[in-house]
Amino acid sequence: MNLAFKDLRRQKARFAATALGLGLLFAVVLAMTGIYRGLVEDATLLVDRMGADVWVVQRDTRGPFAERSTVPPGWEDRLMAVTGVQGARAFSTAAIQRRYHGRPLRMNVVGLAWPADRGQGLTLQQGTPLANGHREVIADLSLGLGLGERIGLGDETYTVVGLTKGMTSSSGDGLLFASQLDAQAIINWQAPEALRLEREARLARLARSDLDSIALEDRLRDERAALPVLAPLPANAILLNLRPGVDAEQLSQALNRLPDLTAYTAQAQRDLLLKGVVEKSKQQLGLFRAILSVVSGIVVSLIIYTMTVAKTHDIALLKLMGARVSVVVKLVTHQALLLGGIGYGFALLLSVVAFPHFPRRVVLNLGDYLSVGSLILVLVLLASAAGIVRALRIPPTLILAG
Amino acid sequence: MEAVRADNLYKTYGEGATEVKALQGVSVVAHGGEVVALLGPSGSGKSTLLTALGLLNPPERGQIYLMGKLVVRDGAEFGDLPALRRSHIGFVFQKSNLIPFLTAHENVRLALAINDQEGPATHARAQELLDYLGVGSRSHHFPEQLSGGEQQRVAIARALAPAPALILADEPTAALDSQRGRAVMELFRKVAQEQGAAVVVVTHDHRTLDVFDTIFAMEDGLIHSA
Repeated sequence: MNLAFKDLRRQKARFAATALGLGLLFAVVLAMTGIYRGLVEDATLLVDRMGADVWVVQRDTRGPFAERSTVPPGWEDRLMAVTGVQGARAFSTAAIQRRYHGRPLRMNVVGLAWPADRGQGLTLQQGTPLANGHREVIADLSLGLGLGERIGLGDETYTVVGLTKGMTSSSGDGLLFASQLDAQAIINWQAPEALRLEREARLARLARSDLDSIALEDRLRDERAALPVLAPLPANAILLNLRPGVDAEQLSQALNRLPDLTAYTAQAQRDLLLKGVVEKSKQQLGLFRAILSVVSGIVVSLIIYTMTVAKTHDIALLKLMGARVSVVVKLVTHQALLLGGIGYGFALLLSVVAFPHFPRRVVLNLGDYLSVGSLILVLVLLASAAGIVRALRIPPTLILAG
Repeated sequence: MEAVRADNLYKTYGEGATEVKALQGVSVVAHGGEVVALLGPSGSGKSTLLTALGLLNPPERGQIYLMGKLVVRDGAEFGDLPALRRSHIGFVFQKSNLIPFLTAHENVRLALAINDQEGPATHARAQELLDYLGVGSRSHHFPEQLSGGEQQRVAIARALAPAPALILADEPTAALDSQRGRAVMELFRKVAQEQGAAVVVVTHDHRTLDVFDTIFAMEDGLIHSA
């Protein structure tokens, strides 16, 4: 006869409400774990996705994800000349915000090395890779854009030809893939008013100088010309792919001897990203998770203890009747396990139903579910121990006292 | 057969100015099929004697024999007292003390379950006892759905379930009116005769003394008459 089940049968609503409350608490512990994993995955997604062996960035910077890095145009050709380099391509990425259908739309624009890279390596939920090197984009579903939808970015209108899922930046912004040139145009686009002011400022500087260049003045006055008028658009990094057998670490060290660039292996870039961008968030989430675990433990203990106290009379009766200690231990432990189990079940349900709608990506793998489940099991057993200690102290003669 | 024997029991509570001598050399014996009353005013020591006989509150001095076997001597325990309680002693109290979250049937089966008896036979045994005590039709009701008299009958059925040699009842009719109280006492008589158990009842109720085979009148921790 399972006394724990029999007891719960008589107070289903109360038990369900308690389990539900605990489930919410456990769901938050689960969410913290998932948000942390999501943060790491989001942060390293681009580094992993770009598939480069070496990242070359502006001298003494930590790369495009940790801080601003600008490399001049033409570095691809320069680096292609390095022994051991099989391929070099420019890489641009930046977070931008535009108004779209009356709402702010924040996104992270990423340049693809068209025509070699059309986005065929992306896992597309719908649509196709880029068919043209211009005016086509692949958007993440989190941006809320539909297949075939046209979106104005800067001076151009782009058509969404493909949709990805779960591809966001370390800040949680959805990724928008375009050809490298389009990406640079989108990232470096300046508002007409900003251009007009810059043009005026440059004309004023020209007037103050002794250049006396009519051609330059005409160029500056030409409203069709974009600024900066002379320089092609810079990229954020150059990605290198090496020939088979070439050691990325050694090549990076060789490149670092050059005065105007810094090179990182893909792993070094990944580590920099995790240490620079994710580390503090990781510590904060870890602390949150630890606090929540302690709070959960205290709440579970109090609930189990209160449930045990409520059964003081029944436990005294069982002991008076000569019931073994194991009968009392099972009564307390089974209820605690049931409470924890149902609570965790509810947390799992929430993780499936609610987590996909969280503003940040929540990524949980089997190991996370097992670790949180184990944590709950330990908490429940510790809570049971508190209840059992209380139960074992109840004297059987309490019954005779009325 | 001798179900329980207590020889020369002494029990003291507190010390110094607050010392109370609850038992001062008390000896009693109850045989199978016998109904024994422990009569006396409050504080006379009858409940202390009952808990001593129930192996719940061992006396400092004296011996207790259960079914002829020494189980307590001068405060020392011989054998597993909880195990002896669950298999050889049934308890009935002033209030029924049924487990509120179990039905009448389950309350009776509980006494068998804690003796490691489970299965269809225990279901039949529980129903048989409830029928025997006249509450068979109420077997699937919870205690709160039963009257005081019905609850007390279920409690007696629970006490009888493991077929104990000894039933100890602590003022079992105190919460009942005289008619129901008498019915319960007659039930004890019937149980003792038909089940062969010794029944020891602590009572204040002089109106039902004709039911008992032996009456121990207690006062100040001593038995004055038997």
